[in-house]
Amino acid sequence: MSDFEKLKDELKLKLSEAKNSQEVDIIRTNIFGKNGLINSEFKKLGSLSPDDKKKVASEINHAKQELTKLFNEKVLKLANFEIDEKVKNEKDDVTLPEKDFRIGKIHPVSQVIDEISSIFSEIGFSVEEGPDVESEYFNFTSLNTPENHPAKDMHDTFYLDENMKTLLRTHTSPVQVRTMLKGKPPFKIIAPGRTYRSDSDQTHTPMFHQLEGLHIDKNINMGHLKGCLNYFVKEFFEVDKIKMRFRPSHFPFTEPSAEVDIGYRIENNKIVIGEGDKWLEILGCGMVHPNVLVNSKVDPKKYQGFAFGIGIDRLAMLKYGINDLRSFFECDFRWLNYYGFDPLDVPTNYRGLSK
Amino acid sequence: MKFTKDWLKEHLKTNKSEAQIIEKLNNTGLEVEKVETVKNELSDFVVAKIIKSEKHPNADRLKLCHVDIGKKELVKVVCGGPNAKDNLLTIYAPPGSVIPKNNMKLEISKIRGETSYGMLCSEAELNLSNESKGIIELNQNYKKKVGKSYFESNSDNVIELSITPNRPDCLGIKGIARDLSASGFGKLIEDKNIKLKKNGKQTLKVKIEKSKNQACTLFGSCLIKNIKNKESPDWLKKRIISLGLRPISAVVDVTNYVMFDLNRPLHAYDVDKINKGIIVRNSKKGEKFKALDNKDYSLDDGMCVISDHEGVLGLGGIIGGIRSGTELDTKNILLESAFFDPEITRKTAKKLQLNSDAKFRFERGIDPNSIQIGLDKASEMIVEICGGEVSKSDIQSIKKIENKKILFDPTLASKTIGIKFKNNEIINILEGLGFKIKKKGKHFSVEIPSWRPDIYGQIDLVEEIIRIKGFDKIQSIEPERKRLKPTLDFFQRHFHLAQRSVASKGYLETITWSFTDEKINNNFRENVEEIKIVNPISSDLNVLRNSLYPNLIFFLKKNIDRGFENQSLFEIGPSFIGKKPGEQITVVCGIRKENDIDIFDIKKDLVQTLVELGLDRKETKVDINTPSYYHPGRSGSIITKNDQSLIAYFGQIHPKIIDNIYGFEIFLENLVKYKKQNKKEKPTIAFSDYQKSERDFAFVVQKDFQAQVLVEIISNVNKSLIKNVKIFDVYEGENIPTDKKSIALKVTIQSDSKTLNEKDLNEISQKIILNVEEKASAKLRS
Repeated sequence: MSDFEKLKDELKLKLSEAKNSQEVDIIRTNIFGKNGLINSEFKKLGSLSPDDKKKVASEINHAKQELTKLFNEKVLKLANFEIDEKVKNEKDDVTLPEKDFRIGKIHPVSQVIDEISSIFSEIGFSVEEGPDVESEYFNFTSLNTPENHPAKDMHDTFYLDENMKTLLRTHTSPVQVRTMLKGKPPFKIIAPGRTYRSDSDQTHTPMFHQLEGLHIDKNINMGHLKGCLNYFVKEFFEVDKIKMRFRPSHFPFTEPSAEVDIGYRIENNKIVIGEGDKWLEILGCGMVHPNVLVNSKVDPKKYQGFAFGIGIDRLAMLKYGINDLRSFFECDFRWLNYYGFDPLDVPTNYRGLSK
Repeated sequence: MKFTKDWLKEHLKTNKSEAQIIEKLNNTGLEVEKVETVKNELSDFVVAKIIKSEKHPNADRLKLCHVDIGKKELVKVVCGGPNAKDNLLTIYAPPGSVIPKNNMKLEISKIRGETSYGMLCSEAELNLSNESKGIIELNQNYKKKVGKSYFESNSDNVIELSITPNRPDCLGIKGIARDLSASGFGKLIEDKNIKLKKNGKQTLKVKIEKSKNQACTLFGSCLIKNIKNKESPDWLKKRIISLGLRPISAVVDVTNYVMFDLNRPLHAYDVDKINKGIIVRNSKKGEKFKALDNKDYSLDDGMCVISDHEGVLGLGGIIGGIRSGTELDTKNILLESAFFDPEITRKTAKKLQLNSDAKFRFERGIDPNSIQIGLDKASEMIVEICGGEVSKSDIQSIKKIENKKILFDPTLASKTIGIKFKNNEIINILEGLGFKIKKKGKHFSVEIPSWRPDIYGQIDLVEEIIRIKGFDKIQSIEPERKRLKPTLDFFQRHFHLAQRSVASKGYLETITWSFTDEKINNNFRENVEEIKIVNPISSDLNVLRNSLYPNLIFFLKKNIDRGFENQSLFEIGPSFIGKKPGEQITVVCGIRKENDIDIFDIKKDLVQTLVELGLDRKETKVDINTPSYYHPGRSGSIITKNDQSLIAYFGQIHPKIIDNIYGFEIFLENLVKYKKQNKKEKPTIAFSDYQKSERDFAFVVQKDFQAQVLVEIISNVNKSLIKNVKIFDVYEGENIPTDKKSIALKVTIQSDSKTLNEKDLNEISQKIILNVEEKASAKLRS
């Protein structure tokens, strides 16, 4: 066995016995360094005959390859060993709490508005808005409610001037007229928003939310109204069947007018919507009065359609089991956290309304 | 409007049950609000069973009974009846009930040291017989009735309707009967011809002054002489009570009865108290009178009054006066049955803040043709109860009554409702309601009955037709799934995004009133006009808010009081800048309270939200001018560079208002407008893979020098090579002059076309230093 072979075997043994990276480093110098085994052997080549040179050179290269491979394996093995050793000593109590995070919430009224918008979006309604401060004309007169008419008593109005010409809108219906005045039929809109009545008790707050709906086209009749509301209520309460009742009523701006009740029953102190023999009033609706169309510069001989108004807060209470209307506006930290919705929980018609 | 079924049956021949009638009323638009049993003083007495009776510990003749009264728990009653024994069925009177025999009200009392809850009754005590020796013994048939009232209520339920303002005719029981009859619920009983012996003329002179705005157009009257006014008979009292009214005297009760029966308000005067004659005229300002509600009223100009030669007797259609009121000793009366204009009546009553059953009816519209029948029916009843002689009626009129006529195209019904109607069906429904129809070619000429002032046009007839036919007959049509327009517009999309963006940073969304307390609002109002509510719900909600802060801070404090120190709240909604419609802006306002928080926490929440809303940071700058409700040294505004639009404020709320609260306000319309005007396509982008280098600098600048300006100067040195400038330290103190500060920054330099060498980098570094030193009067910190 040549010296080279001997030395090589020696280094191989040393390599396999090396215990840490320092030892490996020394071995690396001994093998691959400037004066290491490989270089020293190459240096010897000069004194050999061309034939031998070729043979020996190839031997050295083989040895270099073999040693490189062994060396790399050893390095990796040692590295892994060292990580394993380190990891052994790294031990956290993972049952300690995570770092604080703050969770924000969306108010149930906002969530319900988004749900409703998603439902009506599916059947082609778009969202309109109107001002909170209204003129008496848009809030009453244009909606076929004349001055000094008892129908006005149904609304306890907040006024902003002594002459009672400016007021806080008592309903979202003025958006009907505003929308029609700025466009051309057909109209297919919903208008959610804040509404105000000077009324405050267990079941009334001076501010609440309404959703107006309006669909005007050439041949829209009460059958469409019924179908639309039936679709909406089913989708909103996420039930397959809904018991619904249309009752004649009176609103100055619709004719014929109706109130809509849905069936419910009480089960374990909770309201179950859609069935049962009790009735709950949830909205008012009707065919838009020709006078309103005229006031909105729409020809009632060519166009007709329906409108409806829904109490949004009431719907939220029913769907999410909230008992007290006043709690919506009291901003209680606990309430907001409990009844609020995750901001990522966006109601959409492809994903579904609620989680 | 209240009525009972037996009263209804005077106008309607029907065999329908109460439940059926209630359902039908709901379905025809006469909403049933409540059904109540008339409570009488006897309904308190219930059937009871003695479960156990034992000797009273302190009295030989008394017993201590444990009694089942149908409730969860037994009650303990001390009883003196010798016959009280286990399992006896008897009658129990609860505390609060009144014993008929002696009109004594029972109370919970201690009898010889034992508390007795109520009493077991003898027959005598209930006026059933004279038997008073022992308590009542009921037979076994009553076993199932334990807890139920012993005396069966023989009166009908009172049905209460919520009548919509368009249906004055249904403020009378006859009108309700007419609707039911038209719906196929029986036959309407026509008013029978009243055969009343009338003696002589009505001799009291009545005159309606023909002035402008005279509310009274018809005034009918008759005299009834030599009556003996008295308490009403039981049947009438019962009816008056069922209406929720108090029986007063036969004359008053009869006028009330007719008002509710026929929707025909009447008024009775004591003729002997009237000076000469009746003049119906408009009041003069300052005229006074005492009304039947015992209040003094001072009148304005132009209110319709019934007067005599002395002064005002009553307000027409609203309320009578004390001076001419009837009393039990009244001998001669004048009955008034008139017509008053709805609008004028309503105005007057509103001004005087007066409400009455008559006013409620006149402002909705009374049948002008009901004057005679009203007088006749009331006279007949009064004579029957009180005797006396009735005069002929006198009807003064200044306007002819004419029924409206409408030309009706019957196809409108099908077109509006969506189901086919035959002409005969339409005619049947309308005639059932009292409309008179004549065919005119394809159209109908429809005469409106005088009791329906709500019917103006064809569409009103359509409503009558479907109301009577039933809304359940309308065929539902599936909605079409077709979209004409995007659901949300550009602004609304930003509203939606802003809401969820802020919430995702840990803020709880609130909805607070659009109004607030003037005192708190003034802190945030700045120069904006104060918008007062004329009739606020309470004095601390008396102005429209000029900022979202007042309410948010108010409720934040409440939460702190509830024990929640750390919280972040926000609201997105209107803030008012004027009192005209549309003078409002949409503000996203967040407030944050935490122990360890500074302005850069709130700034981060704000800027991240703005970036999420699609605003390019590089297009905005921070300005130090903010409203006075912010801490002057710890607040800023975000402004767009190219058009100076105000996008947002942020900072600490001024400590004078509240301590250690940070907040921000985003002005959503401004943001959306800016984005709309500066809409740009996203250019395609190639990312440079050449070597990126970083160089750190520290410059010493004047203390009040804005970091933002320094970054701007450096970025402008070479916009294509300088990719980022990031401040990582601001230092004041040792080695730095007291009026100066040191700002340390990391500048990222990268070319898109080559790897920069040392020389390139040094060149640009030098340029940076030169520029900063020159433009910011700064020195490189060595």
